[in-house]
Amino acid sequence: MKNPSHLVVEAQLAPGAEDALMRDGFSRRSFLKGSGALIVSFSMGGILGALDARAQFGFGAVAPDSPPANQVDSWLAIAADSGVTAYTGKEELGQGMSTAQIQLVAEELCVPFHRVSLIVADTSLTPDQGVTSGSQSHPANFNRANLAQACATAREALLQLGSNRLNVPVDDLTAVDGTIRSKTDASKKVAYGELVAGKKFDLKVDPAAKRKPASEWTVLGKPMQRPDLPALVTGQFEFAHNVRLPGMLYGIVVRPAAVGANVVNVDESSVAGMPGLVKVVVRKNFVGVVAEKPWQAIQIAGKLNVAWTSGAELPKQAAFYDYLRNQKPSHDTLLVNSKDVEQKLSEAATVLKATYYHPYQMHGSVGSSCAVADVQADKATVWSPTQGVWHQRGTLAMLLGLKPENVRVIFRRGSGCYGLNGADTVTYDSALLSQATGRPVRVQLTRKDEMAWENYGYAYVMDERAGLDARGNIIAWDHEAWSPVLGNRPGYDLPGNVITGFLAGFQPEEFQPRSPAPEPTAYVNNSNGVPSYMAGQVGGAARGTGTIKSERSLLHSVVSYFWTGPLRSPQRLQNTFAHESFMDELAARAKADPVEFRLRHLSSPRMLGVVKAAAQAANWDARPSPRPHANQAGVARGRGISCVAYEGENGFAAMVAEVEVELATGKISVKRLVISNDSGPISNPDGLRNQMEGGALQGMSRALLEEVTWDDHNVTSVDWRTYRTLPLGFDAPKIETVLLNRPDQPATGAGETSITLAASAIGNAIFDATGARIREVPFTPQRVKAALAG
Amino acid sequence: MSLLTLKVNGKTHSLDVDPTTPLLYILSDDLALRGPKFGCGLGQCGSCTVLIKGQAIRSCITPVESLQGAEITTLEGIGTIDKPHPIQKAFIEEQAAQCGFCLNAVILTAKAFLDKNPKATEKQIQEAMSRVLCRCFTHTRMFRAIERARKEMAL
Repeated sequence: MKNPSHLVVEAQLAPGAEDALMRDGFSRRSFLKGSGALIVSFSMGGILGALDARAQFGFGAVAPDSPPANQVDSWLAIAADSGVTAYTGKEELGQGMSTAQIQLVAEELCVPFHRVSLIVADTSLTPDQGVTSGSQSHPANFNRANLAQACATAREALLQLGSNRLNVPVDDLTAVDGTIRSKTDASKKVAYGELVAGKKFDLKVDPAAKRKPASEWTVLGKPMQRPDLPALVTGQFEFAHNVRLPGMLYGIVVRPAAVGANVVNVDESSVAGMPGLVKVVVRKNFVGVVAEKPWQAIQIAGKLNVAWTSGAELPKQAAFYDYLRNQKPSHDTLLVNSKDVEQKLSEAATVLKATYYHPYQMHGSVGSSCAVADVQADKATVWSPTQGVWHQRGTLAMLLGLKPENVRVIFRRGSGCYGLNGADTVTYDSALLSQATGRPVRVQLTRKDEMAWENYGYAYVMDERAGLDARGNIIAWDHEAWSPVLGNRPGYDLPGNVITGFLAGFQPEEFQPRSPAPEPTAYVNNSNGVPSYMAGQVGGAARGTGTIKSERSLLHSVVSYFWTGPLRSPQRLQNTFAHESFMDELAARAKADPVEFRLRHLSSPRMLGVVKAAAQAANWDARPSPRPHANQAGVARGRGISCVAYEGENGFAAMVAEVEVELATGKISVKRLVISNDSGPISNPDGLRNQMEGGALQGMSRALLEEVTWDDHNVTSVDWRTYRTLPLGFDAPKIETVLLNRPDQPATGAGETSITLAASAIGNAIFDATGARIREVPFTPQRVKAALAG
Repeated sequence: MSLLTLKVNGKTHSLDVDPTTPLLYILSDDLALRGPKFGCGLGQCGSCTVLIKGQAIRSCITPVESLQGAEITTLEGIGTIDKPHPIQKAFIEEQAAQCGFCLNAVILTAKAFLDKNPKATEKQIQEAMSRVLCRCFTHTRMFRAIERARKEMAL
């Protein structure tokens, strides 16, 4: 665990290379040798290459001029000194992905960790890998395609080149520390740099190239320190917030006075003559001011007199869940439908029903979102914390009226985003203001602008119904949910999916009513709308993780007044809260131990594995809930379990929570969380633990405190007093993680498993302690007290 | 605008600024320091923390005019990559970060507290950190790092 000597993960280009890139334009990449970093050429056949990649790897669409994913040179370059530069579209957002990717490259190419530089997400340099989200980075780059397979292909090519050079058969050669050497004759060796420096590999990624087996790993699978930490802890690290350009101005946006309000008039005379004022910018309903200094911009924005229409009449928050359930039209989706649920329920010995509620929650990044844009007459460069640089490029081009190839989007890390925070919208803000002034502009949103207008995590109402037979086995389960949507990630061509694009005149993704839902034709459970206990029968196959064959899962999407989008474990967290709480209610009704009851209804060995591992590590007290002779006064203690097959098959986890409930006040203290996780082969165990711990506590904060609030016209949770979160100094539970390593399985996601489980594990523990069931997030003391009284 | 003198990380700066400007903007924009950051602008999260006379101060709500002649220390000022402060070192050793945006708040708030309370208990440290936000929730590791640093600093 020695810290490597190089410190920059988000590698910078060598000065010469950067100059050449600027000179030659963004779409023409030359193959340049810099002092340690190379620009890889992919000027030839870019479009064909990208199409090829799609065909070969089953990609979704990629930008046609992206470095083709099926070319080794898109991913790797080797310098004369044998140092490796790798190019990735999967970003470091704080989840440790850069470290793991460097480990991967070092491992597959047989070079030391510190000899790998990683260039992350830059439309002039790195392949289009879509968005860094949805726990997709580990599966995308660590399995049999993309970065991992490019490295394996390159290693085999280096062995072949070495064989030619040394005149030794490939079988007698090995790759070690950036050299190809004879296994038997130490004098026969040649460095990678001598074999390829200055040249392209000019090779297609070979799907048959052999990956190193986990049993031979020396870098992957080991706890590796993150190389960005020394710069982070000493204030040297360059966040998007720290990008400073010569002649840069500062912008502040003026958002509508109410949800749905339009500009009537902008009175520029209200700020005339204020110090530092450069320009008031209005484009349809987008309003912003630009000034020489940030404090001047804030003051000018505060003084600018804008008349707005009154906007929308928002539904009353107190009756919101009923409003959702009854809203028309809806877009209905059936995930599974065995068509016999009603009949089986009518035959059941016992039918149980419950409804669960989850509020809108926000990403609430600790640093409000920030970007810097330099828009000139015919081209633009932006430094953005966006999760998808190529998507951002496409939508920025639309917003600015430029050709996509004349827009360069460079990723710079922002404050932790956990999904679609204000990163995309603030990049649009900075670009619009830069275009209007012809100078580079930095925009950092105010706390209120970040919180009032971000794309919130989805609110949900969820009805659960299930039948038990006489022996207490579940024979049928029905799940029906209502959830509001407006906007989303912008993709390549929908800038109106976030507030700035909408204000500037673009529409969000169109809502398409659809009712009734068509019958499912493929098993898709990336929302976890299907509980883990269902068989998941679609199209003649059963791809679920459970045993219940009489099954239905139906979602009604309806239109939201607020912007919505993916927030860490979108839909999966809300659905899992309902499923896993309800599973506990069923176990209690069947008078079964919650762990044993789960095991009885699961079929997937990996799900069985994580449930058993968590129960064992927690020294699970096997018995039905609630705890007998629960305290009537003072403090009650209980334990609960929850589990998930994240996105149906992209990571498996279970969590045991131990809580104390102060009966007089309804105050919850979570004392201990035990998490088991199976994400396939473990790349960086320390990084994985960090994700498990952070996810669990973030999930706990969301379960206990977090809720977006509003009045008749506006969101009212606009700072850290009105949107409550657990601060650093709260009574954190003891957290234990059990990492199940499955080197024989494909790599899956891991960043969203533990957060998905927190609310249900804690809710189930509260039930165990008190016999009271909390069916609405957040579990405020008032709600707990009401449930205790109820 | 008025002329002001500030000493930041041992270096004296003469600045011609609007005296009502919060200190944060002077540090992060006029002086281009990367440690202090804008998080909320309301003094609620701690991202903008700096040290003045050993106290952790929220620079986003502190007008620069109140600081004429003050000596200000930022995260950059307590240690470097080659010679990190024991707290900075402990955060690396415990790998106590995710996105890292809040580290300025966490490390400087902890330093101000530990300098005055070298024998602080776990509970007291927790209380001292109660107005700092880490939205990645790296809590477990951060408290381990602070405790590790406390022990080393007490030696």
